[in-house]
Amino acid sequence: MTSLPAQPTAKKLGLVIDLDICVGCHACAVNCKEWNTSGKSAPLTDYDPYGKKPDGVWLNRIHTFETTDEQGRGQTVHFPRSCLHCEDAPCVTVCPTGASYKREEDGIVLVNEKTCIGCKLCSWACPYGAREYDENEGVMKKCTLCIDKIYNENLPEESRVPACVSTCPAGARSFGDLGDPDSEVSKLVAARQGYDLMPEQETKPVNKYLPPRPRQDGRDSDKAPRMLKHADESTDGAGLIARWVDKVLS
Amino acid sequence: MHPAKSVIFFTTASGAGYGLLVWLAVLAVMGMLPGDMLFGFIAFGLGLGLVTAGLLSSTFHLGHPERAWRAFSQWRSSWLSREGVAAVLAFVPLGLFALTWIFALAPAQTAAMIGVVGAAMSLVTIYTTSMIYGSLRTIPAWHNGWTVAGYLVLGPMNGAVILAFLLALLGAFEAAQVVTIIAAVMLVLGLVVKLLYWQHIHSAPAVSTAGTATGLGHLGKVELSASPHDQDNYLLREMGFRIARKHAAKLRRIAIALGFAVPLACLLLTALLTAPLAQMLLLLVAVFACQIGVTTERWLFFAEAKHAVTLFYGEQAV
Ligand code: SF4
Ligand code: SF4
Ligand code: SF4
Repeated sequence: MTSLPAQPTAKKLGLVIDLDICVGCHACAVNCKEWNTSGKSAPLTDYDPYGKKPDGVWLNRIHTFETTDEQGRGQTVHFPRSCLHCEDAPCVTVCPTGASYKREEDGIVLVNEKTCIGCKLCSWACPYGAREYDENEGVMKKCTLCIDKIYNENLPEESRVPACVSTCPAGARSFGDLGDPDSEVSKLVAARQGYDLMPEQETKPVNKYLPPRPRQDGRDSDKAPRMLKHADESTDGAGLIARWVDKVLS
Repeated sequence: MHPAKSVIFFTTASGAGYGLLVWLAVLAVMGMLPGDMLFGFIAFGLGLGLVTAGLLSSTFHLGHPERAWRAFSQWRSSWLSREGVAAVLAFVPLGLFALTWIFALAPAQTAAMIGVVGAAMSLVTIYTTSMIYGSLRTIPAWHNGWTVAGYLVLGPMNGAVILAFLLALLGAFEAAQVVTIIAAVMLVLGLVVKLLYWQHIHSAPAVSTAGTATGLGHLGKVELSASPHDQDNYLLREMGFRIARKHAAKLRRIAIALGFAVPLACLLLTALLTAPLAQMLLLLVAVFACQIGVTTERWLFFAEAKHAVTLFYGEQAV
């Protein structure tokens, strides 16, 4: 059924992406590809992978933007982009077959690859480019919020988070229930003024982005170089021989 | 947006077919539709043939054409599904209209009434097609009333030009004259609607910007400094199609000239050159010019439309 759930879903599983932390390493995109090419969405087709024009289906893409303010000061912001599991998902309502749907129980937006006719209309309806068509399979692919990982009882409890979240070396991605105001992710969004992408498109995204923290210039204390304590001044943590040498020499 | 040949052919062909059938119904109501079988076969055959060819071509670009039947299921929410349902439903009265008229199976009055139902369903189908595009907020150049107006006017306009030619070809000059007047009015209307459409898409304020797409607008100008991939991907091929302004302006002049001005001139000339052969030739030129013009217009409709996803790939505003 491609009508959206009649009531907004109570549970809203989603991601919170911290643009202040993301270093643009693409690790989440690579691990997303790796997990999903053998999971529910398998295969995530690659065309000409070792040739001159490699191309393929990815569910997560990392952009880098540069901002310039009126004083000409620039800032670099790395920007991961994947499905936002929108509450008013236009990709779902335009689907003529019912292949695209939003789950009542947790709000995850999925594609049924057995009934998708590959008309591509859902990818036209999504403002965020979160849907990529698989030319070989003839069906649409998108982020599943790693549904086959987060509910996977064969995995230890702590591993039941999306692949992109568990792999991020900087901790820029958090996963949780954004429908529960007391969840860790909701508190994070409240504390850091998390926001929606393109609110004017009226999709009501579940995923939130946390803005880069304000620059710290203008205050002298921030400008002073911060020196680390010189290693020579302490033998804490040094090995037995090193400490003996230190004693003999000093 | 990528101007896919199958979709351009589908919308122009089925639009012209439905338009032709609408005017056949109008002539039937006016009591001017020729009853001879040859005309019936050609006119109804062409109308229904264009519609069918268009619908079939729209399934060519599907990844799984064998599952196309599933597209009839989601008419509650999806305009694409509604279009499928409306198109199939329209075949019933249109087919009956054709049969009852060509083979005189029912009194002319009854056939005409069935034709009116078919004409209404044809317009409903064109409307659902236009709403597939008109409902997409992601593409501001389509998400406006002019999109619907364009489809609703251009299909019947093209159909009227074709019908005027068919009537002249088969010697029904009186009916040809009436349809020529209808076609001329529709051409003027079509041109006005398209000019207003183009004016609208170039003057409407931006809906989304690189600033709102990233939420970084408060930091100043937002520019892409590194793309996620250095080759084109599906998103850029499908939705990142770009056409130089210079080319767009030239193509628009071609669309205006061939789609509207030349056919209109030909139709007006038929009032002066009344020899049957001259009339036929003029109307034939009108038909061909109109096809090229309307196809160019439809190609531009796609090529000029910017999609919100391009904001993540360097576009500043859509
Ligand atoms: S981000 Fe796009 S694909 Fe995901 S739910 Fe929203 S509209 Fe649909
Ligand atoms: S491509 Fe598949 S999922 Fe998307 S709208 Fe068409 S049928 Fe639905
Ligand atoms: S939640 Fe899973 S599918 Fe979605 S972007 Fe992260 S790794 Fe990819």
